[in-house]
Amino acid sequence: MENEELEIAELLRVRKAKKFSLWLGLIGMFMMFAALSSGFIVYTASGVDKGIKTILPNAFIYSTIAIILSSVTMHLGLKAAKAGNLLKQKSLLMVTIVLGLVFFVLQLNAWGILSERGIYFINNNASQSFIYIFTGLHLAHIIAGILVLLRCYIGAVKPIAHDYNVFRMDLGAIFWHFLDLLWIYIYVFLLLNQ
Amino acid sequence: MSSTVISHDAAHHGSHDHHHETFLTKYIFSQDHKMIAKQFLITGIIMAVFAMLLSILFRIQLAWPDKDFPILEVFLGKWAEGGRIKPEFFLSLVTIHGTMMVFFVLTAGLSGTFSNLLIPYQIGARDMASPFMNMLSYWFFFIACVIMIASFFVESGPASAGWTIYPPLSAVPTSISGSGLGMTLWLISMTLFIASQVMGGVNYISTILNMRTKGMDLWRMPLTIWSFFLTAIVGLLSFPVLVSAVVLLIFDRSFGTSFYLSDLVVQGQILPNEGGSPILFQHLFWFLGHPEVYIVVMPALGLTSEVISTNSRKPIFGYHAMVYSLVGITVLSFIVWGHHMFVTGMNPFLGGVFMITTLIIAVPSAVKAFNYIATLWRGNIRFTPAMLFAIGMVSFFVSGGVTGIFLGNAALDINLHDTYFVVAHFHLVMGSASIFGMLCGVYHWYPKMFGRMMSTKLGYLHFWLTFLGAYLVFFPMHFMGIDGVPRRYYAFTEFPFMEKWISVNILVTWAAIVAGLGQVAFLVNFFGSIWRGKKATQNPWKSNTLEWTTPVEHFHGNWPGEIPTVHRWPYDYSKPGHDEDFIPQDVPYSHTMSSNSYHDFEGDEEAIAIQRAWNKENNRSGEE
Repeated sequence: MENEELEIAELLRVRKAKKFSLWLGLIGMFMMFAALSSGFIVYTASGVDKGIKTILPNAFIYSTIAIILSSVTMHLGLKAAKAGNLLKQKSLLMVTIVLGLVFFVLQLNAWGILSERGIYFINNNASQSFIYIFTGLHLAHIIAGILVLLRCYIGAVKPIAHDYNVFRMDLGAIFWHFLDLLWIYIYVFLLLNQ
Repeated sequence: MSSTVISHDAAHHGSHDHHHETFLTKYIFSQDHKMIAKQFLITGIIMAVFAMLLSILFRIQLAWPDKDFPILEVFLGKWAEGGRIKPEFFLSLVTIHGTMMVFFVLTAGLSGTFSNLLIPYQIGARDMASPFMNMLSYWFFFIACVIMIASFFVESGPASAGWTIYPPLSAVPTSISGSGLGMTLWLISMTLFIASQVMGGVNYISTILNMRTKGMDLWRMPLTIWSFFLTAIVGLLSFPVLVSAVVLLIFDRSFGTSFYLSDLVVQGQILPNEGGSPILFQHLFWFLGHPEVYIVVMPALGLTSEVISTNSRKPIFGYHAMVYSLVGITVLSFIVWGHHMFVTGMNPFLGGVFMITTLIIAVPSAVKAFNYIATLWRGNIRFTPAMLFAIGMVSFFVSGGVTGIFLGNAALDINLHDTYFVVAHFHLVMGSASIFGMLCGVYHWYPKMFGRMMSTKLGYLHFWLTFLGAYLVFFPMHFMGIDGVPRRYYAFTEFPFMEKWISVNILVTWAAIVAGLGQVAFLVNFFGSIWRGKKATQNPWKSNTLEWTTPVEHFHGNWPGEIPTVHRWPYDYSKPGHDEDFIPQDVPYSHTMSSNSYHDFEGDEEAIAIQRAWNKENNRSGEE
């Protein structure tokens, strides 16, 4: 009995540490984007011919709606997991994944619109190249996020033990919400500089 | 979750392990922090030897620029046609020497080894928070090393834009041979390396904050743990910035963007890139680059603190001041990067700000240096090889740090920038000091890693050859720098004002060769002692920290029974009234009534009352 308690205490401690590690990882990821932001500011301030010099495509607004909605569905999915409602969890996760893919496609669409306006990635005004760098690196993270969501989904399909399922969902949700907030940061940053 | 199950098994069944370890899971893809520490160390040593051989090669060129060494052609082929190293290859040698030493040896080899070994041991944890991520951290590092070495086997040679890889040299593949595939491999290698460091660092921070044993509050942590903790924070905040810099560089190199490039003509061809700023790269690079210096030196300071206190048989002087100094260095390290860029045309007012923050770093650094000396003062010093290396570390930290005051001053730096004075400064303060910190750690914790002792005699030989060698190599460089001799120049014979320094170069090269040979003593000692060393006892140095309460034989989980509870700080050495000159951290105050003082109880009235009653009963005058 005592051994079992010890084991559970140890398990909880390790989980707490892993969750904490995730938060640290998010700080690291944010630093990458913070560096790009400061790079953008330094570069753009270096001449009057620099800067985004266009209005950002509406596709970015639509993608923002998609990712905010996906955050809501992810949150509901986590709640369902906590309540032990596997069916609801699975369907909400699926909706989140689809919204994640919609976000991805809309961002690519925004790239297409920019290219049509003659704003290419290969550009002697690198402020405009920065749009692609910000969104592209964020999309790379979105791919990772979708893989994490798929892993949560597989956990719910198998299904794995309840507490582990909730733990996995919890970490997945934190990561996914972070990607949402990160996008909002990037978008607001670009809007302020357009 | 396997780690938890493993930990549980280890805790309750000791050597009767349930999970069957194969050769592959025990030695190759191990998730045990002790094995991963050894993997980091041995890989780090191999990289150090490799990087040292590179330095001997370019030292030969500097000492005898007009002489042919046919043997070089045998080994280096077209890079040393006619027995003389080619200028392009010379640049590759200094580039890869710097990269490997700074990142692979003094970051991964030092932090990777000792954070992995000591964090779980000294805070009382069975393993890292995420053993799997820890394993990944090593393998990313290993692959990074393989790719970097592989760049010696590509036709255009390894990267040669300097370890700082400034564009445009690094960003235009056609500029010199080393900017081709070698540079691409450098970038891939470093990206993997950064991933490794971030995974490792996240694990170190999380383990320290979440997995400490009962009683191990932050102010009872050994200074080693404080230094690893703060180092990992610095790494976590600065390495991702280098990723951003490298991503932009990769796009400039391979996709045609113009983040860093502008108005270039290469080999008669006008490049299409316009509007980029190479200075932007320098800002991003040095935002990592300067904290990197502290990533390299802080673990060495932590190891040295522990070794100096243990071998002086005295508490570390100013424990709290030591911690606050490390915190001060951590914070300041992020706001000084501009001192690498005083000559980029930086606004002098901004330069002034960077100058002030830079000079302020001298304060916590000096606090540490004085505290080391105060710890040694009137100590019952045991000159073990580890202790000699620790003292050597302090020596280099002081003599190299003093020249930092010169270089941190913008007005002086305009003269000294990019001269041998800089080379002398950083090789002493972060190169030699950190290597000595690392070696002091290897000698001290070898019994914990391998269960055997290293030879003391070979250790002394190694120390003196390395210590004298390092000073002979780097000290004369100060004078060359003051005379205006620039770094990275291929042949001193090409410039009349530099010719007079060739004789000094010969001395430096011979010193480097002798110091290099001195490392053979270390390698023989290190690898030989794994099998032939004297068997170690559980606590050979009579030390206080928790790692010495674990059995000599390793198993995954560290302690056969419960993890010990911590009752005191780690520096109770030579405490008056105690029968031995050390009291391990897991010894409760109730077992040491004859040596307790009232302030040990930190205001716990009940404990003080019990101690007072005991003192009265035993006619002991306790200090009030």
